[in-house]
Amino acid sequence: MKQRLALLALVAAFALAPLAAGPYLLSVLMLVLTMAYLGQAWNIMMGFAGQLSLGHSLYGGLGAYVAAALFVQFGIPGALGLVAAIAVAVAAGAVIGALGFRFGVKGVYFALLTIAFAEFTRVLFEHIPGLGGPGGLFLPVASRAGVDLLYLRGHPLMFYYLILAMTVGIFLLCRRLLESRLGFYWLAVREDQEAAAALGINVFRAKMWAVMLSAGLTAAGGVFFAFYYNTLFPTQAFGMDRSISIILAPIVGGLGTLFGPILGALILTPLGETITWGTEALGFNAAGLKQLFYGLALLGIVKFLPDGVWPWLRRRLGWDGDEDGSA
Amino acid sequence: MSVDLVNQIITGLLTGLVYSLLALGLSVIFGVVRVVNFAHGEMTALAMYGAWALSTYLDLDPLVGMPVVVVVMFAAGYLLQRGLVDSFVGKPEHMQFILMVSLAIIMVNSSLLGFGPDAHGIQVSYGFDTYEVGPLLIDKVRLLAAGASLAISLMLMAFFRLTLMGKAIRACADNLVGAKVIGLDVKRLYAVTFGIGTACVGAAGALLSMLIDVMPPTGPELTLLAFIIVIVGGLGSMTGALLGGMLIGVSEVLAGYFLMPSMKSMFSFAILILVLVLRPQGLLGAKR
Repeated sequence: MKQRLALLALVAAFALAPLAAGPYLLSVLMLVLTMAYLGQAWNIMMGFAGQLSLGHSLYGGLGAYVAAALFVQFGIPGALGLVAAIAVAVAAGAVIGALGFRFGVKGVYFALLTIAFAEFTRVLFEHIPGLGGPGGLFLPVASRAGVDLLYLRGHPLMFYYLILAMTVGIFLLCRRLLESRLGFYWLAVREDQEAAAALGINVFRAKMWAVMLSAGLTAAGGVFFAFYYNTLFPTQAFGMDRSISIILAPIVGGLGTLFGPILGALILTPLGETITWGTEALGFNAAGLKQLFYGLALLGIVKFLPDGVWPWLRRRLGWDGDEDGSA
Repeated sequence: MSVDLVNQIITGLLTGLVYSLLALGLSVIFGVVRVVNFAHGEMTALAMYGAWALSTYLDLDPLVGMPVVVVVMFAAGYLLQRGLVDSFVGKPEHMQFILMVSLAIIMVNSSLLGFGPDAHGIQVSYGFDTYEVGPLLIDKVRLLAAGASLAISLMLMAFFRLTLMGKAIRACADNLVGAKVIGLDVKRLYAVTFGIGTACVGAAGALLSMLIDVMPPTGPELTLLAFIIVIVGGLGSMTGALLGGMLIGVSEVLAGYFLMPSMKSMFSFAILILVLVLRPQGLLGAKR
């Protein structure tokens, strides 16, 4: 009950924030929500099903590029492009999953397989004609006024509420998933794959669901990225840096928990922005300082709070045993 | 085959030998400590910055500066294992992975803060010398770097086969419980092994600094390169690392020769995907 109230208060705070926040604060809040959304999507695969993907930028990048290219080349609305984007990313996830899981590529080897596919695609997209190559793909912006959800064009506030809705949606979806048969299959596979198989769980199918769901949801995040920022570069969209930034929030917040990605994003983004702001205010350009801080945060978490902040905080608050389905 | 192509293949083989030494370090650490060093390339980049600093400020040729870099990197690796990595031995793989990723992020961005985003390269006085062998042209720098790499790799193999400490380390890798039973100081041997791995990184980094420029993104690129080589050759297999390095070195130049140099890493990743799927234990690796 307490957790449900806390969550409602959080959502209400985010929903009312535009009344008080200026454009800068709003952009920071959007970063928080994006990080939480993508982190939750990744959490399905690693946190729930125990499959370490370090190439999640692949799905986000594919989603972004497919929807953006359809819009730029053929004028197809973003909302329709989203469907194609999700389809392509799910197909990519299915290929990687099928290759990895069928041939018994496990653990670190599987993580390397995901990196290999992401890097392969990055270089590939630098050489596909018509997508801008390394120079980038740019989406034309007609006007920043109004709300056009079909074409995904409009006021920044539209994008703010869109990502808020997506983040709430993915939270509710994950909650449902964890309570479902599939969710219990995932936890069983995560804890002990052989035992899960011995119980009659179709391990391959459970893992395929995880990678395909995670890929599709990540692609939707990528489409959001493309239409909000209007610029795409292969090195960023498919890069290792993007993959790492996706995994930061759930790991810091708490792997496999529902609140973890949100909490991690709420901790990391404002601190990172403060560092950027602080160094700029002091008048020196310290590129890399924010990432250095992220590295140190990650190191601190993995050394001292390996389960993440949320499980620790929940114990401190005495909310253990409270129903929210988070493992 | 045209002479130009043969020249290219020789270039690839020689560069590949330096890659081999780099990958050997990764393979040794994984084979014994069972920790995947995902900061391998970042460590290499730091060694390259070290060689660059020695060459720029003290006017030391990278071949002369190499021992200094090697000793420093050995000490750093030893201390890193003792102080931090050791508590992660035996922990779940993803936690070790995240530990090393966090170290990698710290190293990349420290080098960005310390050295800036620009490329740092070393130009030695004999940088443009070549040997003519019949119709073939061989770069002197590349030949020296490859020769040094091969010599160090062979010395390392001899160390593990012939010396008592090398045998003790191999015992830890083969049978950890047995090694503890006969009273080996496993923690110390692990630290020495990690140090040997980072010493390889130091040597390879100093040699690579003569061949390629270093900038912050070089680290992650080399990490992936080292992983590709080690997995293609067989994780834990020393001869596999040697073979894999030369294979990837040649595939890089062939990709550049027949297609575009910017597509070379795509080829390496394609080879990695094929090996992971068809022969996950690597070309020379034992069955997992």
